[in-house]
Amino acid sequence: MFYRLLSVVQRQRTSRGWQNWSSARSSASAAEAHSVALPAQAQVVICGGGIMGTSVAYHLSKLGWKDIVLLEQGRLAAGSTRFCAGIISTARHLSIEQKMADYSNRLYQQLEQETGIQTGVQIYDRTSVVHVMTKKGEVTGVETDKGQIECQYFVNCAGQWAYELGLSNEEPISIPLHACEHFYLLTRPLETPLQSNTPNIVDADGRIYIRNWQGGILSGGFEKTPKPIFTEGKNQLEIHNLQEDWDHFEPLLSSLLRRMPDLETLEIVKLVNCPETFTPDMRCIMGESPLVKGYYVLAGMNSAGLSFGGGAGRYLAEWMVDGYPSENVWELDLKRFGALQSSRTFLRHRVMEVMPLLYDLKVPRWDFQTGRQLRTSPLYDRLDAQGARWMEKHGFERPKYFVPPGKDLLALEQSKTFYKPDWFDIVESEVKCCKEAVCVIDMSSFTKFEITSTGDQALETLQYLFSNDLDVPVGHIVHTGMLNEGGGYENDCSIARLNKRSFFMISPTDQQVHCWAWLKKHMRLDSDLILEDVTWKYTALNLIGPRAVDVLSELSYAPITPDHFPSLFCKEMSVGYANGIRVMSMTHTGEPGFMLYIPIEYALHVYNEVMSVGQKYGIRNAGYYALRSLRIEKFFAFWGQDLNTLTTPLECGRESRVKLDKGVDFIGREALLQQRQNGVYKRLAMFVLDDHDTDLDLWPWWGEPIYRNGLYAGKTTSSAYSYTLERHVCLGFVHHFSENTGEEQVVTADFVNRGEYEIDIAGQRFQAKARLYPVASLYTHKRRKEDVELSDLHGK
Amino acid sequence: MCVCPGPRRIGIPVRSSSPPLFSDAMPAPTQLFFPLIRNCELSRLYGTACYCHHRHLCCPSSYVPQSHLRYAPHPAYATFCRPKENWWQYTQGRRYVSTPQKFHLTPPQVNSILKANEYSFKVPEFDGKNVSSVLGFDSNQLPANAPIEDRRSAATCLQTRGMLLGVFDGHAGCACSQAVSERLFYYIAVSLLPHETLLEIENAVESGRALLPILQWHKHPNDYFSKEASKLYFNSLRTYWQELIDLNTGESDDIDVKEALINAFKRLDNDISLEAQVGDPNSFLNYLVLRVAFSGATACVAHVDGVNLHVANTGDSRAMLGVQEEDGSWSAVTLSNDHNAQNESELERLKLEHPKNEAKSVVKQDRLLGLLMPFRAFGDVKFKWSIDLQKRVIESGPDQLNDNEYTKFIPPNYYTPPYLTAEPEVIYHRLRPQDKFLILATDGLWETMHRQDVVRIVGEYLTGMHHQQPIAVGGYKVTLGQMHGLLTERRAKMSSVFEDQNAATHLIRHAVGNNEFGTVDHERLSKMLSLPEELARMYRDDITIIVVQFNSHVVGAYQNQEQ
Repeated sequence: MFYRLLSVVQRQRTSRGWQNWSSARSSASAAEAHSVALPAQAQVVICGGGIMGTSVAYHLSKLGWKDIVLLEQGRLAAGSTRFCAGIISTARHLSIEQKMADYSNRLYQQLEQETGIQTGVQIYDRTSVVHVMTKKGEVTGVETDKGQIECQYFVNCAGQWAYELGLSNEEPISIPLHACEHFYLLTRPLETPLQSNTPNIVDADGRIYIRNWQGGILSGGFEKTPKPIFTEGKNQLEIHNLQEDWDHFEPLLSSLLRRMPDLETLEIVKLVNCPETFTPDMRCIMGESPLVKGYYVLAGMNSAGLSFGGGAGRYLAEWMVDGYPSENVWELDLKRFGALQSSRTFLRHRVMEVMPLLYDLKVPRWDFQTGRQLRTSPLYDRLDAQGARWMEKHGFERPKYFVPPGKDLLALEQSKTFYKPDWFDIVESEVKCCKEAVCVIDMSSFTKFEITSTGDQALETLQYLFSNDLDVPVGHIVHTGMLNEGGGYENDCSIARLNKRSFFMISPTDQQVHCWAWLKKHMRLDSDLILEDVTWKYTALNLIGPRAVDVLSELSYAPITPDHFPSLFCKEMSVGYANGIRVMSMTHTGEPGFMLYIPIEYALHVYNEVMSVGQKYGIRNAGYYALRSLRIEKFFAFWGQDLNTLTTPLECGRESRVKLDKGVDFIGREALLQQRQNGVYKRLAMFVLDDHDTDLDLWPWWGEPIYRNGLYAGKTTSSAYSYTLERHVCLGFVHHFSENTGEEQVVTADFVNRGEYEIDIAGQRFQAKARLYPVASLYTHKRRKEDVELSDLHGK
Repeated sequence: MCVCPGPRRIGIPVRSSSPPLFSDAMPAPTQLFFPLIRNCELSRLYGTACYCHHRHLCCPSSYVPQSHLRYAPHPAYATFCRPKENWWQYTQGRRYVSTPQKFHLTPPQVNSILKANEYSFKVPEFDGKNVSSVLGFDSNQLPANAPIEDRRSAATCLQTRGMLLGVFDGHAGCACSQAVSERLFYYIAVSLLPHETLLEIENAVESGRALLPILQWHKHPNDYFSKEASKLYFNSLRTYWQELIDLNTGESDDIDVKEALINAFKRLDNDISLEAQVGDPNSFLNYLVLRVAFSGATACVAHVDGVNLHVANTGDSRAMLGVQEEDGSWSAVTLSNDHNAQNESELERLKLEHPKNEAKSVVKQDRLLGLLMPFRAFGDVKFKWSIDLQKRVIESGPDQLNDNEYTKFIPPNYYTPPYLTAEPEVIYHRLRPQDKFLILATDGLWETMHRQDVVRIVGEYLTGMHHQQPIAVGGYKVTLGQMHGLLTERRAKMSSVFEDQNAATHLIRHAVGNNEFGTVDHERLSKMLSLPEELARMYRDDITIIVVQFNSHVVGAYQNQEQ
């Protein structure tokens, strides 16, 4: 299959070595000298002649780009691509991965017919890239060991060497991936040789896969104790002479013989050692570098290169040609990582956790155990001592919930469940406290930027980049999307106008790299606009609950009543002894309360003051799980979970946050205007599950199919248990697929409202009520007198 | 420390084989033990004169059956201590005690026994530069006798360069091995000191100034020194260095290590002998010096200074060098000769040292005068003093000594003493980078394991399993089943490696627990370690091991310097 992909791409044979090898697949002539001169320039230079590089080249040429040079340091397809076990699996974990694998599968089947088509890709093997030349943040060319090539685009498909190649840049590009040794076994044929239609078998409990190989078997697996390799970046031309390690393979061999004892008599041919590349979150890496324009990456396949090859190459080619891929690939975007994930130690430790995960049960809300406690709030130790359990986002530790003293949670292993988790009651009490008293949540991880200018440039730039009207009075906070040309959300943020020429912008934690790159890309270079990442400068405390106002007014001696401090306002004020605390009347949950942005040196002081004053109001710590429950029940969609680059504000009921008529053009306006006219093809809705038993039924997490009148209509994007509604709430997009053609049709509010809905959780369907707007009663929670108990008088 | 008389009446060939207890399950027929049990009990019966020094340290009970199997008494002697009681009576009683029991220890219990005496020392690195050719050492000992008769010592010479390490195997009690373990290194260190340093020390003693420290000991908490004898020992040592000062010709300070070692050994043995003859006004000390002199000990001592390694050996403990070949495999280089009947040149030496008519009696049944297995040893004045001297000392000695049948017993065919010497054989070896470690161990180890296995096990342990020869299929016909079997076995080996943080412990684990496949068998280990005190000695000897690890970089650097 792979050779077909090659033969489609290949036009110019660069050496007799390649010619001989491609026909005979022998390495005999590999050592021959190559004297073919490289071209002086090309539009695109691709580094890496494995399946990724060739797939990108193939798809670029299909999209009409003809001036492409592909460089390979060794021989074509000599790395993981050649040595891999050759399994194409289309059962994937993420839906975007599923799509890539499906596409690859179809592509590989049709490749045969395409063989021989002229493409325009020139391939040079035995040529290694020394580094990529850049000028003013743009790719200008490639320095190879055989000379330079000028180019506009560079694609790093260097597989396990992609990390090193990225670092070799003048301004290093962080591509966090790391190789682990991977072993599989080849045997001589069985007495009755296996037929070619023998199914591939994956025994996830035994951590092994088994397939037919020339009548015998090929079997490998993903062991519990991986062997990371090349941590120091030790390079080598080809990886065919790595050592076999039978001792290391022993557990896998044991589980193979346990599953199929009769194989005992099979004779061994050899044990192949073929390193595979893994990433810190088990998802592949693609996209443009946030630092260098024209520098693209496609690598880190987590042992699924063959499955993803076709699809990933296609999306990247689209990205380069069109400026964006045809699917939402944020989960795979290089920009989800920053330099902070680039430590060799971090990568080495993390991939040792990632690789075994391939065959582990992937339970919801899984947190990695390695590479932790990298970025922490100044309050980390304080919170930890009070029972905080932590999750990590973009390297930042965030509290999930607080285990009360004396309460035992199940051991980590046992709490892995798809059912009601052991933290249910804990989060319930935190939510209750948010609703009735006041809670404090450390939300320091959020990405925080300041945009300042000498004149009106800051406002002008932001007005162009954001869909809402930012020309608001000083002190106002605006929720707004940062949209792309298609009107889709690149980011969803809150912006406070600090003064006429200065704005404070809060975005999700994992936007740190992406949002920065987007702003940089669209800011005029000559403008005297100052963009500063102040994430590390502020500790953010979220004071949620009806009594937050009491706590704050007591600490500031300032009137905080809604008349003086209406919702969505930002003021600098003193809290305790500390002056200059940025207080914002919003909580990201729809609950009353305040966000305090505290210069980090005051963090401990303010926290202590808040906790001590708050005591009489029943204050307690809360975590992100409580926040999540609160925001989902109020239909607050979050970017990265519910919103992505392919969803527009009109599709999720946020027309009010788009000011099409603000008098200034902004990115995405055209698309939104059109969409307003034509209608939307999907609509975010909130589903309240009716007949779901929280204690006994499997919980919805995300990705559950939505059925409208018995027909598939979309998938959920996030879900949570609402302690107020005492129901599960899911968010998800409703599509309207034509019953006859399957084509997508316009979705109207009426269409959503008139449907009967079911959510399918692991094969069982639960009735659900769809809503386009939040449940109003959630905003007016007055406690009924008869519900008050004596225990409510107790301090928390 | 306890010299409990009552030598074995029946000579049991301990070294060659153990009774086949482990060929079967633990509840073996009691009859199998008859001779053994009877012996133990005999010693219990007749060993009434068990005199204990430092009872709290080494004697858990007042009646400790001693079975110093190094002595295979003369047949005539056997009759001499025949029990008066009907021994049937006895075995009946014994039977009750040794009712078949399952002695099962859990792995943690096994570990706590094995690790009770383990000790590790790492030579500290100064300024990140490790100037010593010794990285450090691991040591451990596993008792079979109760109390253990083996001793070990390790110390760094402070006034000269170099490190001293030694193992001492006592017999007829632990008094002699204890004394040698405390004293020998001082004798060696003094022998190595230059004239000026000796003078300085002597002057300091004379004028009551603080003394220069000579040795830095590296001791396990269980390794004790006798407080009571300290003064006595010091005086003997001082006499020695005073003589060295007087003998100094002033010609050169080039001290020959080999000579120093030989002198130190001989001098200490001489002092032990003299102290026993002179006696001490303090009755406790008087008794102590006699027990030291009448018991015996072998010694195997290594002196490492840079690339210069000297091994001085007296007796049948052994020094083995672990050498890693270029292909990564391990080979053993023996750096000592056993002084026993298996050594032709020792047999030759003994025959030459005594008249022709004694040729047949001097070594009988592979033992010196038919009694003693090692042919060289400290103490054992019964094989050194004239009959007259022995009788005189015993008669004038304390009552306990007089009542002791063993001390009173004169070896047969005792015509031309001394028959025994403490003079060591010294072997010099210049360390090479491929010399990775040195094992010093008492015969308890060497009689259970082949030296090649010993070196391989330690080598693989120290380098980790990564350096174990990887398995490669390469052309051979191997089935998945065969490979699986092989790998499972290797894994079992590896897991035993990871249990130990100490190379000596690891070696003991193998020595005691190895099955016929050379892998540690927990079942076997558990049985061996749960043997009752009085039976343990039948199946194994005290084992004492020191594993010294060399710093190949330093050794290599020495080599380069000189090239």
